Amino acid sequence: MNHSADSKNQPENDGQIYHHDEAENLPPHSHHDEETLSEVDVEAYWRANIKVLVVLLSTWAFVSFGCGVLFSDWLDQFHIGGFPLGFWFTQQGTMLCFVAIIFIYHIWMKKIERAHGVDDDENNVEDSLTSQSDTGAKS
Amino acid sequence: MSAQTLSFIFVGLSFALYIGIAIWSRVGSTKEFYVAGGGVHPVVNGMATAADWMSAASFLSVAGILAFTGRDGAVYLVGWTGGYVLLALLLAPYLRKFGRFTVPEFIGDRYYSKLARVVAVFCLICISFTYIAGQMRGVGIVFSRFLEVEIETGVVIGMAIVFCYAVLGGMKGITYTQVAQYCVLIFAFMVPAIFMSIMWTDNPIPQLGLGDKLNDGSGLSVLQKLDQVTTELGFNTYTVGTRSTIDSLAIAAALMIGTAGLPHVIVRFFTVPKVSDARKSAGYALAFICIMYTTIPAVAAFSRLNLTESVNEVAYSEAPAWIEKWENTGLIAWKDKNGDGIMQYRPGHAFSPTKPVFTEARGTYGERVISNELTSSANEMYVDRDIMVMANPEIAQLPNWVIALVAAGAVAAALSTAAGLLLVISSSVAHDLMKRTFMPDISDKKELLYARLAAVVAILIAGWFGINPPAFVAQVVAFAFGMAAASLFPPIVMGIFSKRINRSGAVAGMLIGLSSTLAYIIYFSFIAPEINNPEHWFLGISPTGIGTIGAALNVIVAVIVSRLTPAPPAEVQDMIDDIRIPAGAGVAHEH
Repeated sequence: MNHSADSKNQPENDGQIYHHDEAENLPPHSHHDEETLSEVDVEAYWRANIKVLVVLLSTWAFVSFGCGVLFSDWLDQFHIGGFPLGFWFTQQGTMLCFVAIIFIYHIWMKKIERAHGVDDDENNVEDSLTSQSDTGAKS
Repeated sequence: MSAQTLSFIFVGLSFALYIGIAIWSRVGSTKEFYVAGGGVHPVVNGMATAADWMSAASFLSVAGILAFTGRDGAVYLVGWTGGYVLLALLLAPYLRKFGRFTVPEFIGDRYYSKLARVVAVFCLICISFTYIAGQMRGVGIVFSRFLEVEIETGVVIGMAIVFCYAVLGGMKGITYTQVAQYCVLIFAFMVPAIFMSIMWTDNPIPQLGLGDKLNDGSGLSVLQKLDQVTTELGFNTYTVGTRSTIDSLAIAAALMIGTAGLPHVIVRFFTVPKVSDARKSAGYALAFICIMYTTIPAVAAFSRLNLTESVNEVAYSEAPAWIEKWENTGLIAWKDKNGDGIMQYRPGHAFSPTKPVFTEARGTYGERVISNELTSSANEMYVDRDIMVMANPEIAQLPNWVIALVAAGAVAAALSTAAGLLLVISSSVAHDLMKRTFMPDISDKKELLYARLAAVVAILIAGWFGINPPAFVAQVVAFAFGMAAASLFPPIVMGIFSKRINRSGAVAGMLIGLSSTLAYIIYFSFIAPEINNPEHWFLGISPTGIGTIGAALNVIVAVIVSRLTPAPPAEVQDMIDDIRIPAGAGVAHEH
């Protein structure tokens, strides 16, 4: 995962997977209330986002369908802590990888969002405060 | 104190806690009722999501399935946990940014169509009631076995408790009771697991104990011993899989996509303050789930060893007391085929049909007499998979308070899921059908009243299912995942990642996906169960895995139909642009 997340020189082929169409002649997006976000930034942000998804979902598919099912039997020739490796993946390993994938996603996206200025921390401090104004039930 | 008295005390105390939380967190607005006001901390939400999603089936049945099927069963672990990756990466952040109350609301707005919304409500209700039937049956089993009350009484008590905190507290009440329920159920699951791990390997961490050497001085590891025992008796070798690769892949995919499409799980991510919180929260949820899910294989392995040792080749007259207790609930049966008075536990079904049909009489050794036809198999035992977790403390001769703890944990698991499901049913009916479709002018107060009424009706229907349960619960719950995969997941993901999918495509996709999956399941489970085997399955995919094909059909149909019909209007395309950017989630929430 040494992709520079926001590099723009790699063509994306996400159309095949996500049916993501570039709608071109749209009217300007009138309802981004804080119009500090330029269109260029948003486009670049979305491309970076798709790249993160492709990398992480490939890892996810490799771990779950690959290590968990397809070459699970082959992996049994290796051992980890008393387990045949393939068996360990089906019983514990895949799950640990899934948790790691989600936290990597969270951290990675946070970085990309800061770089593109669409981070929800800076822009919406007041909003998150007002939404927490409920009575009592806040731990 | 007896296990029964202790169970009453533990279950009673946990109920008092849940009701206390419900009274403390009762709600006054629809926003609080549907999404707890949108101010739930991500860790709290993660814990609540874990309890919401870990159902009676997770708590009671999965370890049992694994114990009896070994490596084959692990596809359920992979499938159910892997779905959270899809949820976190493809759905949660965008739906939080969308910032409304329900899943059908997203589908209705994204596909600018009342019809799409109503179809989504229909899918949601099909999924939720299928799932809820399993929870109520779980409550019933616990009550009948541990508290020795009638299943009906147990279900009514369970309904009353859920009524208190779901109807009064809405999402807010549910969130904080689910946090309490998570603590109860994880403690109840871990304690016996740790005891059993120490008993067999001296290792207090069950996850490591599973790979460890046995402490009996034989030099064998737990897994080697299991392979040896299972092979000797003629069962499939524990660590070797037998399911076909295509079916394993299909089941894993159906459960993963299904988990990500379950409305009561998705809606939990509407309750956090920010988009980035939705991502973080999914991570915490899966981490909390994995504490239990990585323990399940250990529990399964130890209980398989325990069961074989305490049942096989043991004289019925000297059998441990738990055998008779479970026999009385009809979940264990023994037929002395060879007349030696000793229980032989072997592969294959002992009789046909596989579930025992008891007569009133008692046999030579005091066992319950069955009227089933016998098979030629040497096996004399029927052991229901669902009892493994509950019987474990007794089989392993753990103290009575552990038994009581497991009872409270199982009830917590069932109630937390049931409440989450009831909430999505009631919010869909009140918000999507009443407010957004038929009666757009009703006030917030009126809508809240409808939501509560809908919750009451849903509780009554769920209770009816609990008292008249469908035959195979774990299976029924697995079908709910297939339906979620085939109906709701594809239109949501395509709605976010494609601007071209339009309302005709989405509606056609959902209808085809749901109906094809339902038809396949109903055909093989109810119309022609006798040909429910790999030879007759489509591409060798079992009804449990067919949701994958349903989801694929849904996508194909949606894409083709959308290509042939006009693109969505500009304001919908703007909305898609908006939900793709995390900034401004608070604004989107006010509407």
